Amino acid sequence: MSDMSYESVMSRKAQIMRASIGIEYDKYELEGIGFDYEGLMSDTAYPMEEITAIQRETGVGNTPLVELKNITRLVREISEPGKGARIFLKDEAANPSGSFKDRRASVSVARAKELGYRGVIAATSGNYGAAVASQAMKRGLKCIVIQECYDRTGTGQPEILEKARACEAYGAEVAQLSVGPELFYYFLLLLEETGYFNASLYTPFAIAGIESLGFEIAQQSRRVIGKDPNFVLATHAGGGNLTGTARGLIKAGAEKTSVIGASVDLSGLHMASDRDFNRKSFTTGHTGFGIPFAVFPDRSDVPRNAARPLRYMDRYLLVKQGEVFYVTEMLARLEGLQRGPAGNTSLTAAIALARELPEDSTIVVQETEYTGAGKAPSAQLTFARKNGVKVVRGDPLTHDVPGKVIAIPENPSQIKYTELGLDRLRESYIRELIKRQIVPSEKDLDYLAREIKLTRDEAARLLKEVSR
Amino acid sequence: MMARRGQWVQIHSILLKAGERAPSVPSDTADVPLELRVRGFLQDGSASIGQVVRILTAAGRLVEGALEIIEPRHVHDFGDYVPELSQAGDELTIWLAGGDENE
Ligand SMILES: Cc1ncc(COP(=O)(O)O)c(C=O)c1O
Repeated sequence: MSDMSYESVMSRKAQIMRASIGIEYDKYELEGIGFDYEGLMSDTAYPMEEITAIQRETGVGNTPLVELKNITRLVREISEPGKGARIFLKDEAANPSGSFKDRRASVSVARAKELGYRGVIAATSGNYGAAVASQAMKRGLKCIVIQECYDRTGTGQPEILEKARACEAYGAEVAQLSVGPELFYYFLLLLEETGYFNASLYTPFAIAGIESLGFEIAQQSRRVIGKDPNFVLATHAGGGNLTGTARGLIKAGAEKTSVIGASVDLSGLHMASDRDFNRKSFTTGHTGFGIPFAVFPDRSDVPRNAARPLRYMDRYLLVKQGEVFYVTEMLARLEGLQRGPAGNTSLTAAIALARELPEDSTIVVQETEYTGAGKAPSAQLTFARKNGVKVVRGDPLTHDVPGKVIAIPENPSQIKYTELGLDRLRESYIRELIKRQIVPSEKDLDYLAREIKLTRDEAARLLKEVSR
Repeated sequence: MMARRGQWVQIHSILLKAGERAPSVPSDTADVPLELRVRGFLQDGSASIGQVVRILTAAGRLVEGALEIIEPRHVHDFGDYVPELSQAGDELTIWLAGGDENE
């Protein structure tokens, strides 16, 4: 029996990882700070036709693209004459377990099966758990989902409790932990104990699985709208959603489509704090994941994260908690669609953005998720109140304070975004490396430029500025 | 209350004690243990709440911990009536019906 202490398990990380993913990540390391991202993706993931074939086997993908005609009409009514883009929604809730995460899980689980693993493990409190559980069962593999779920009083976040229920409904084991990043320690322990496959959210296969989403959006837009969309809006947390979608768009030749990330602004709440845990009314798609994963993707549970959002993001828009609840209500009342919280984050940003755009431009909100007990706005707002968070009607811009006040807009004109400039994220990206003694130099400039979507000269200039 | 062998139960255990938490966690988290809850079928003959037992999980693992709940139910729901939300919804419905309540 090997040593199970925290330090000892963490020190075995590299060997546990190698055994549980079956990728020689070391092979892709470059001299200096970088690695060969495209090499890793093309060697270890699958081409689009194979991804589509894998996903068809388990009923994943091929979801409808729906025009939100009433919301578009409302937007036009509150915009200047001639303004108000057409808004479309990719109804990813139509996937087997109810979110785009099935795309990600389908390829991971197929890979695990192909490599001969008997089971899969995923560390996730979100929809991904249900997706992995659903896909694993279809392919006859065992499944364990590890969640960060409870605070010190044993009170669970309702949305996370719902995900646990869904995982168990598919026949998975759910290990529920209290708050803290040491979840990773337990994850490693279980990988070692079971010898199961690490169905990480961040492997090349998982990200390749999302590429079909971007690919479908391009194809459907051409069919339904007659052209590529001008904008695709993606709810952004760990960065896989945006990365995979953008890569899929590029593979479909939709190079001109601009890819915009959107997150709920939860600034001020600490992600590893037991006290703040149940004052968060969102479990994903918020800045608590969105910013850290954009500026240092390699904090994930694999040696090199295949989700690298700053490579693909054209803009990053933040919205307020109350706006997302309002828009969730709007989607039900105006479009007859009850859908879960996460996709409605990018829909909120889309509504605000559409007001500035000419009527002939188009926005695709790239996902929805299922909703229900624990996930519905009434469930989250009731929980917020129980945890001392005020819920009021008021302008979110002036009233919303994460962890303290949720302001439901008084009218649709109060739906606004705030833009987080990408240059600030790029600076942070460089700072995060330096903080970890990964100091970029002249020979890393090509890699750095690709990582933060700048030209080599711009990257050189920024590096010099930050290093000063 | 006693649980019998084969019954679906939830157990609780401590993975890391308060002093053993990762160095990076904020103090309110460092001050409490890292806890685990997991459900499965009771392997012991019979047991009462708080007793250390073994369960067989859905993935086929044997896990040990203190018996916490017998046949746990899912407690999450749709929450209370939220007037602020329902009012917002009604405003939107009135707008759609062509009313003048918008704005
Ligand atoms: C429904 C839904 N949308 C969006 C996201 C964000 O995706 P990502 O973490 O890849 O940025 C998640 C996952 O956290 C999700 O479950």
